[in-house]
Amino acid sequence: MAHGDQNQAHHGHHITPIATYAKILGLLVILTILTVAVARPVSGFDAGILNAGIAFLIASVKAAMVLAIFMGLKYDKKIHLAIFISAVFFLIVMFTFSVLDIYTRIHVESTL
Amino acid sequence: MATAQVVSEKNYLNESKGLWSWLTTLDHKRIGLLYMVAVLTFFLLGGLFAMLLRVELFAPGKTIMDASQYNQVMTLHGTIMVFMVIIPGIPAFLGNFILPLHIGAKDVAFPRINLLSWYCLITGASIAFFSLFKNGVDTGWTFYTPYSIQTSNGTTFVVLGAFVMGFSSILTGLNFIVTIHTLRAPGMSFWRLPLFVWALYSTAVIQVLATPILAITLLLIAAERLLGIGIFDPKLGGDPVLFEHFFWFYSHPAVYIMILPAMGVVSELITAFSHKTIFGYKAIAMSSIGIAAVSFFVWGHHLFVAGQSEVAGIVFSFITMLVGVPTAIKTFNWIATLYKGSIQFQSPMLFALGFLFLFTIGGVTGIILATIGVDVHFHDTYFVVAHFHYVMVGGTLMAIMGGIYYWFPKIFGRMYNEFWARVTFVLIFVGFNVTFYPQFVLGSMGMPRRYYDYLPEYTSLNRISSVGAWTIGTGFLIALFVIIHGLLKGKKAEMNPWGAKTLEWTTSSPPPHENFINEPIVTAGPYEYR
Ligand SMILES: [Cu+2]
Repeated sequence: MAHGDQNQAHHGHHITPIATYAKILGLLVILTILTVAVARPVSGFDAGILNAGIAFLIASVKAAMVLAIFMGLKYDKKIHLAIFISAVFFLIVMFTFSVLDIYTRIHVESTL
Repeated sequence: MATAQVVSEKNYLNESKGLWSWLTTLDHKRIGLLYMVAVLTFFLLGGLFAMLLRVELFAPGKTIMDASQYNQVMTLHGTIMVFMVIIPGIPAFLGNFILPLHIGAKDVAFPRINLLSWYCLITGASIAFFSLFKNGVDTGWTFYTPYSIQTSNGTTFVVLGAFVMGFSSILTGLNFIVTIHTLRAPGMSFWRLPLFVWALYSTAVIQVLATPILAITLLLIAAERLLGIGIFDPKLGGDPVLFEHFFWFYSHPAVYIMILPAMGVVSELITAFSHKTIFGYKAIAMSSIGIAAVSFFVWGHHLFVAGQSEVAGIVFSFITMLVGVPTAIKTFNWIATLYKGSIQFQSPMLFALGFLFLFTIGGVTGIILATIGVDVHFHDTYFVVAHFHYVMVGGTLMAIMGGIYYWFPKIFGRMYNEFWARVTFVLIFVGFNVTFYPQFVLGSMGMPRRYYDYLPEYTSLNRISSVGAWTIGTGFLIALFVIIHGLLKGKKAEMNPWGAKTLEWTTSSPPPHENFINEPIVTAGPYEYR
């Protein structure tokens, strides 16, 4: 990155130190190991209905770190963050209504 | 104005020559025409299959094809018309051509991505066609599980084709959003944008937000088919209704990808041929955004009898009714624009008025179907078929035809034959009602959709419907001749044959390579009539 030190203040472009990248990479690796560790077939750990929730939570934290640091969203214009959050909002809409259906169904035993 | 009347000899059509210059062009106008050629070709094919379906349904029992051939032809008709005709129809063809002209730009923001999106459409369509014909796919355009997972291998490729065509849609939408934000001419504030641009903007937002969901859903089908992951198939622990949720999360907003740009075209036509400032500009602009927003919360109305819970059904039924509000705002504003206007009944205006009439019927029957108690009976009957054809054909196709005639002089620099254009309107409008009105009756009598056979008591209404379909077919064939004749033999068009006020009419017909000789400076709104 020879041009990295050229007049960066002019663009207002944030340069993330290598050390930060390394720390985030370390965290990602640890969280990946954690994901595997809490998987029932591997460790026998079983939180019942929360199994998927825990996996999604860890994955979300990892994704947030990648977005904020590796993809630079943390230092970017706020409009880009807003665009990203709007996409997440629509994803939540999709999940919410689908789940609303699935958990309000009245179970009927087959009469066939 | 009269000084600019000189027709420049160099324009985008003769700027460079040869097939290669077209296939590698970065000019949004030429890409628009590439889309036109593609979409018209697909439309001819899809229309041909519609004609075959109506021949088969002319009489009960086997007429010209058997049940499984019927299912295949119906799948061809649906897939072609949805993914290859009405979704790209207005945004990618008319939108591509007109949008930069409307905002006073030289081109779209990303010309190369624009060309790429055309190739995505062609590639996706080729993949889909190959499999549709070779494997005789018969899932219908909705690819409902579990059938689409258990049936022949061809489905994977059709789904892949739709996936690739989806990228075309996303890229076009992205391009338009950036173009509208960054390339407006000096003085072109958001409140001075023509309403067609507002409509394209709302459409683009839906394209960017919703299409990826379709892509992922189709990938999940492929994953389930190829890897046996249980997502939709109950045998593997999946839920087939979940597929319908994911599918309609895209496909209901996609209905607005089809109709919003049509509403934009109609806004342009009605104000231009009433020679009057549009009534309620901001209301029409905002209602486009409103429709786009609400469209994401209503998809469950396709699942009322699919096994969705009552609670979800009631919620979706209620929200669906809300779509009627912004839609009615538009309709009332169009009618108020007509009031005391100096109306001229040239063919583009005839199509716009036809749109008002047919789309209103389509919209109101939509409210009927949104009512959950009624839909339990009407679901999967011909009532639904009639409803969505009134919206898609009576709405979108009428607007495409009106838009083609309206911008024909600008696109090709020539005039079409007005008399024959009006003949096409009469044939299409009358034929359309003869085809689809009886289907409302058939549906309320209980005739189910998607079947190749029917009970004898449905015969006479089906015959009327078939005759109507052939009338529409004749109308569109004549329209094709009007277009080709105008292209080859039409008399030279002036810069502004309709006396319209938007920016594209201030440049020569056809426009030069970069649209405007001098960059336009905007000092007033788009419809300063009186
Ligand atoms: Cu819908």
